[in-house]
Amino acid sequence: MKEVIKAVGHVFIKMPQGLLVTLKHLFKKPVTLDYPRKKKPMMPRYRGRHYLERYDDGSERCVCCGLCAAACPADAIYMEPEEGEHGERRAKVYEINLLRCIFCGFCEEACPEEAIFLGQEYEFAADKRNSFLWTKEDMLVPHPRKDNPFKKIIRRVRKVYGVTEQ
Amino acid sequence: MRELRTEEFIVNMGPQHPSTHGVCRLVLTMDGEKIVKIEPVIGYLHRAIEKVMENRTYSQCIPMMDRVEYVTSMSCEYVFSLATERIAEMEVPERAKYLRVIMLELNRIASHLLFYGVTAMDIGALTPFLYGMRERELIIDLFEMTCGQRLTYNYIRIGGVSKDIPKGFEQKCRSALKVIAEKMSDYEGLLNENPIWLKRTKGVGILPKELAIAYGVSGPNLRASGVQYDLRRNDPYCIYDKFDFDIPVRYNGDCFDRYILRLDEIKQSMRIIYQALDGLPEGDVKNKKVKLTFKPPAGETYTRIENSRGELGVYLISDGGKKPLRVKTRGASFNHVQILPHFSTNMLIADLVANFATLDIIMPEVDR
Repeated sequence: MKEVIKAVGHVFIKMPQGLLVTLKHLFKKPVTLDYPRKKKPMMPRYRGRHYLERYDDGSERCVCCGLCAAACPADAIYMEPEEGEHGERRAKVYEINLLRCIFCGFCEEACPEEAIFLGQEYEFAADKRNSFLWTKEDMLVPHPRKDNPFKKIIRRVRKVYGVTEQ
Repeated sequence: MRELRTEEFIVNMGPQHPSTHGVCRLVLTMDGEKIVKIEPVIGYLHRAIEKVMENRTYSQCIPMMDRVEYVTSMSCEYVFSLATERIAEMEVPERAKYLRVIMLELNRIASHLLFYGVTAMDIGALTPFLYGMRERELIIDLFEMTCGQRLTYNYIRIGGVSKDIPKGFEQKCRSALKVIAEKMSDYEGLLNENPIWLKRTKGVGILPKELAIAYGVSGPNLRASGVQYDLRRNDPYCIYDKFDFDIPVRYNGDCFDRYILRLDEIKQSMRIIYQALDGLPEGDVKNKKVKLTFKPPAGETYTRIENSRGELGVYLISDGGKKPLRVKTRGASFNHVQILPHFSTNMLIADLVANFATLDIIMPEVDR
């Protein structure tokens, strides 16, 4: 008889207790994200896709000094210099092979002109190998700059914390 | 009447097996359901990192070291930086040392949380995996906040760390640790007294103390067999001698002890982080003398640290140039794979999976 009472107690007390835990979790905020529709905002220091920065008048910051290519541990950067309209030095070819890039951020740290920086985007899927070879046109920020306050914040934060000297 | 007898047959477990944590192939000789012989075949994840590093400058080696063992990248970066600093006899700022300890211990917690989830999933419990990943995410967020990457950090550099911690890190770190400390009781409640879990782990895969010492097993696996040996205490590096923490030891050496010991280690790591956060001094985070073309003097060193899997060592030879002459890394998982055939025979495949999971082997560290 005692065992029967115990078993009935299990059914009517212990099991609802367990189910209550499940029920509580139904109303909690989920820890997962509905990924392709909702995206997690990345931290300001996140190292995502590469950008080539311009001056305010639209001219390129990059002077093709080759320090980023020298600092790159994966040999992902290739560049060729040329002379611009006003005699300034600039990059004729500037290519980053995203299949080689390991997103270590050394190019950003090495750059004396603060020309290259790593932004927040992180989805690079493509169906052709050639589309991973990014040229200067892919990476230059548009001019006049589109109103993208998010990107300005990144630049500001990076300046505040500073790019470390190596 | 003819006598019935069984015939041995060979089963390939892996290289693409979900419980081998990477690409490890185990050639099993089976007699019915019992394993007679195990032959691990390694090398599927060989990327020649050691050779690649011979063609990179010292600074460029750091992101390469990240890939040696990507679950605790911080310790790999740290051991290479430490080896280079020992050759160059370089001073590291005090704040950088504290930051390094915080990052190393956070990474140890993240690795053990991953172990908790993955091991339980291998053995058949699915909920712990979600629990472990959920809390690991808090720590990964801290890393992303500090160094900008979630898995391969490139944070600890020769002569310090790359960046100072951002504003709000300390508070966020404390709240993350508080959440993990609260959830620890959930973890223990879920598995420690679970009869299925106990049947699968208690008394399974006992690794004797003598065998463990003979094969150079280190880290939590060695401590679960009853040897109190931790490089943080026995060969102190960085500033670990300043902190007050215990080295948890278990004596049975079975799967359950290897599992519970890691949960104990999470608590000790949290103690260390709290002490480091309290005593965090102000100042520089990097030795300013280190340039991109940094050349240490000629010399050689073997430097070892305790990462979440055991002894991680780097044998570094410098000839005075800007590239290392030879880098040899010693991963603890290599020894743990070697020991697998010696104590996992005469058991079922399911128990072998439990053994493999609780040894916490990660293949990139084996093959490099």
